[in-house]
Amino acid sequence: MIKARMIKTNPTFSVRKLVRQLGSAVLIAGLAFTAQAADTIKIGAVAPKTGPLAGGATVTQWPNVQLWVEEVNARGGLKLKDGQRMIELIEYDDKTNPGEHIKAVQRLATQDKVDFIIAPYGTGFNVAAAPIYAKYGYPQIAVSAITDKMDELTARYPGLFFTLGTTTSFVNGVKDILVDMRESGKIGNKVAMVNVADAFGIELAEAARPIFTDAGFELVYDNSYPLGTPDLSPIIKGAKDAAPDAFVAWSYPPDTFGLTEQAIIEDLDVGAYYTAVATCFPAFAGKFGSKIDGVLGAGGVNPDTDKMKDYFAKHKEITGKDADGWASANTYVSMQILEQAIEGVGEVDREKVTQYIKDNAFDTIMGEISFENQVSNKFWTVGQWQDGVYRGVASSNMEGAAEIKQKSGWN
Amino acid sequence: MDILISGLLLGGTYVLIAMGLNLQYGVARIMNLANGEMIVLGALASFWVFTTASVSPIFTVVLIFPVALLGNWLVYRYLLIPLVRRAKNQGQLEVDSILATFGMSFILVGIVVSINGEYFTYSFLASPFEVLGSTVALNRLVAFVFAVVIALVLYLWLNRSRAGMAVRAVSVNSASARLVGINVEKVSALAFAIGGAVTAVAGVLISTFITLDASVGVMFTMKALIIVIMGGVGDIRGAIIAALILGLVETAVATLIDPGLTLAAAYLIFLLVLLFRPQGLFGKPQT
Repeated sequence: MIKARMIKTNPTFSVRKLVRQLGSAVLIAGLAFTAQAADTIKIGAVAPKTGPLAGGATVTQWPNVQLWVEEVNARGGLKLKDGQRMIELIEYDDKTNPGEHIKAVQRLATQDKVDFIIAPYGTGFNVAAAPIYAKYGYPQIAVSAITDKMDELTARYPGLFFTLGTTTSFVNGVKDILVDMRESGKIGNKVAMVNVADAFGIELAEAARPIFTDAGFELVYDNSYPLGTPDLSPIIKGAKDAAPDAFVAWSYPPDTFGLTEQAIIEDLDVGAYYTAVATCFPAFAGKFGSKIDGVLGAGGVNPDTDKMKDYFAKHKEITGKDADGWASANTYVSMQILEQAIEGVGEVDREKVTQYIKDNAFDTIMGEISFENQVSNKFWTVGQWQDGVYRGVASSNMEGAAEIKQKSGWN
Repeated sequence: MDILISGLLLGGTYVLIAMGLNLQYGVARIMNLANGEMIVLGALASFWVFTTASVSPIFTVVLIFPVALLGNWLVYRYLLIPLVRRAKNQGQLEVDSILATFGMSFILVGIVVSINGEYFTYSFLASPFEVLGSTVALNRLVAFVFAVVIALVLYLWLNRSRAGMAVRAVSVNSASARLVGINVEKVSALAFAIGGAVTAVAGVLISTFITLDASVGVMFTMKALIIVIMGGVGDIRGAIIAALILGLVETAVATLIDPGLTLAAAYLIFLLVLLFRPQGLFGKPQT
């Protein structure tokens, strides 16, 4: 009951709700309860609920916010020096629009006066909103943000942390796997590469071109397509005509699904098939079933550790849906870090919490995480569907990578 | 050959997207900016019954047509009639309806997000099919066949039946239609409802091969607008020809030049039509 009261999901009605809550609280429990209810720690969350990135945020970002807040509140709240405080969550939809995001953060800082804010969803948003988080001194533990400009950004914004890796490390993860497979004779050196014509896809494709070529691969097909292309069959047909040994797509969710469906229909027979974002989504396996066995995708997870098993079970229990095989866990980890830092400092002091994050190691579901120049070097880069489970196969400093399987047909 | 067949199939998809809007705008004079959201609703319905009850989208098509027909009729009857009545001329109605349906699109997005904010993706007939030596996806072919059937039925209904003639009369000149005893409000409501129902059916069919989510509607609205304006307002043949041209050109550009230029090519054609035939391919110049 208390738990439900603490979560504000719709800011428009929050004032009315609060009045009602306070009113009923006075009636039911007397003054003692109101004093306790007022003593919350306010956490803000801004991410897309509508717009092009909403589909991804609904899988990766929002359920973990819900999970974390409910878990902490079920434990009685965050432990501070002056007692435990329940979390009061304030959510805003940024409509996948950076301008809206910045406005929402401003509102959280000046009107709602939240104590902390959960970092944005998406690379562009984390970069675009960094100045406003810095202006109000909020620590920003970015998860779904992959860029090669981390050094520059962390130097400029002392409260900005990165946890999911750089563009180059990402491409290198794929390259290493392709090199491994070539050396063991599983594939040749012809690669077909496509990318979505969007900041994310363009940056990855640009990083990949020299890396693949230097590793001795030949790019036999290299094209981009606009976001939201309704028919991807010309691309798969074109790639197939180039007779590649490996297919790599720096893709976004709708096209990850679309390209794979076309690849199945055209029977694009490659030894390695890679699509980027959303390959690890439960919906990907839900749609294609066993046909996608051996498909490689961005990011990964080691689903066999006890902590991850617990996390997956809790995620399903509390949010009603499955976590994805990659950034879901990282997103949850970012909140574990925030939680441990707040409790470690023991008071709502953003500057001290930021410093605490820089100075300490954190015990998370992905093992111990610490930051070096505000960047964590523990992350998965590539995963693979193996017998219905998405497993990490390449990483930076993560344990438990699975053996790579060769893709053989679409059955 | 590949280009021709893939292009026609894509054109069929565009026919589905635009046919409903063509009726709504051409007859009822409602520039419905919530067109894409109707597609999303159709897709959501299809996804939902497919994943929960394994209902075939083909059956959903039959199911959703009357539901969407009634829903759109109610929208016209209660939300849009006041705008129609107070509009002094057609221009004012168009502006008012753009604003009203724009607002409606946000409400619909909100509703869909509250039901399911994730991607609606499932596999239905995602198997290869040989057409004249070219491999196509069976679900796209099915959607194309539906597009042909729907277009044919609409065309025959508009040109061979009495009700269809009334609809055409309103489309040509609503003031004069009133003079010959046609109940313009009723006919407009009918056209709007049928347009919306066709769009919802399109959503069901499209969801079998395109991954949609709550917010993707606006992209379909844009495509539909381009096609309707290119084809000529209120002429079903125009919309069909325009949709097929768009499909063929996009596929040809993607295959022969660069997939990155499909959007540019689509807008280039749109621009050319606007420059040289501002009334659209089959439209009549405004008098």
